Amino acid sequence: MSAEAEQQQTRSEVLAKGALAVGSVYGALAVGPYVRRALGASMGGDVGILNFALTLEYLEAKFYEEAKTRAKPSGELKSLVDLIADDEQQHVEALAATVKQLGGKPVMEPKFDFPYSGTTGFLKLAQVFEDTGVSAYNGAAPMIKSKEVLAAAGGIVQVEARHAAAIRLQTGAEPAPDAFDPPLDEKQVLKAVEPFLA
Amino acid sequence: MAEIKDLAGPQSRRRFLAVGGGSAGLAAFLAACGDDSGTTMTTDSMGSGGAGETAQFGKGDVGILNYALTLEYLETAFYADVVKSGLFKGADLETIRKFGQEEAEHVQALTQAVKQLGGKPAPQPKAEFPLKNAKSVLELAATVENLGAAAYLGQAANIKSPEVLASALAIHSVEGRHAAVLNTLLGESITPDGAFAKPADVKTVLKSVEPFIVG
Repeated sequence: MSAEAEQQQTRSEVLAKGALAVGSVYGALAVGPYVRRALGASMGGDVGILNFALTLEYLEAKFYEEAKTRAKPSGELKSLVDLIADDEQQHVEALAATVKQLGGKPVMEPKFDFPYSGTTGFLKLAQVFEDTGVSAYNGAAPMIKSKEVLAAAGGIVQVEARHAAAIRLQTGAEPAPDAFDPPLDEKQVLKAVEPFLA
Repeated sequence: MAEIKDLAGPQSRRRFLAVGGGSAGLAAFLAACGDDSGTTMTTDSMGSGGAGETAQFGKGDVGILNYALTLEYLETAFYADVVKSGLFKGADLETIRKFGQEEAEHVQALTQAVKQLGGKPAPQPKAEFPLKNAKSVLELAATVENLGAAAYLGQAANIKSPEVLASALAIHSVEGRHAAVLNTLLGESITPDGAFAKPADVKTVLKSVEPFIVG
């Protein structure tokens, strides 16, 4: 066993042992995915995690940019769409710059296809994307090695959570449905966004 | 665990800073963890004291959890008082009730987490809040929630255990949601810090809540 694999195993054991503690906070249901993700550890370090986040931000940035005209937002919603579109674009730029800074290569922007029509359809999809974004960061962040990258990711996820709440206010859904935002692992997130990759 | 500890060490951080100092992109990105000084990244930017910042609440992760617990106790007491005040009705009252319930769940979860780490949960502070009218109460609520979110963000990178970090993050984003709702009710920006939320250090947070703690 390589030193790296050995280290990974130790980490996995620690994570598995600690799962009970997480369960107490999230509720037992959340433990499964958390441990699976931890054991999988397929993200490829901080660059991998940042590129994963970058893909999600590409999706959101494109989605909101397109929505400016396609979703026909007006009044309060128009301001919200403009604000979120701008935030997501800033996240894209910051993540791409950070990947480069860490010596990595930023992933290319995928082609997206968002099947919705009208303002209602837009809001429904927006809610899914924002909630998924929050849970994706919450799931990936504990795997981040650099404290600086972690703190920065935290600054982004809080903004995603604020977007999620604001979009939910627009749809009439509970803005903060649970006391704990559940983490999602990489596979769960990819499954959630796959239908929108063209 | 050793792996995590090493990465948290000051040396590796300095090395990272030395490497990372030159990029405007990274600096902008990492300004998210900075204070008001803006674009320059300093060791202060993430709570220079590390876990020591929360030492008065206990060692390491226990101290951080107890610090969070103290804030959650205050939030819970605040919302309970607001519900009782009769200043709100209908949908706003339901929102406040819901947020209060969620803060109470945070209290329970954090108390349990402290115990699981072998620590002693921080005591519930005695608190009093000025509840004059609906607008001033909403403003106070928004202040408290935005501060709460910033407080969690300020500690995230100091947390040693990935499990504790995962739990803190699950709470952190909910505080962010609460803050956005209250900001919306007040007609203020949902993202007052822009695209990257800013952290608050322990000193700033405690100073802000001090006026509400009695005895």
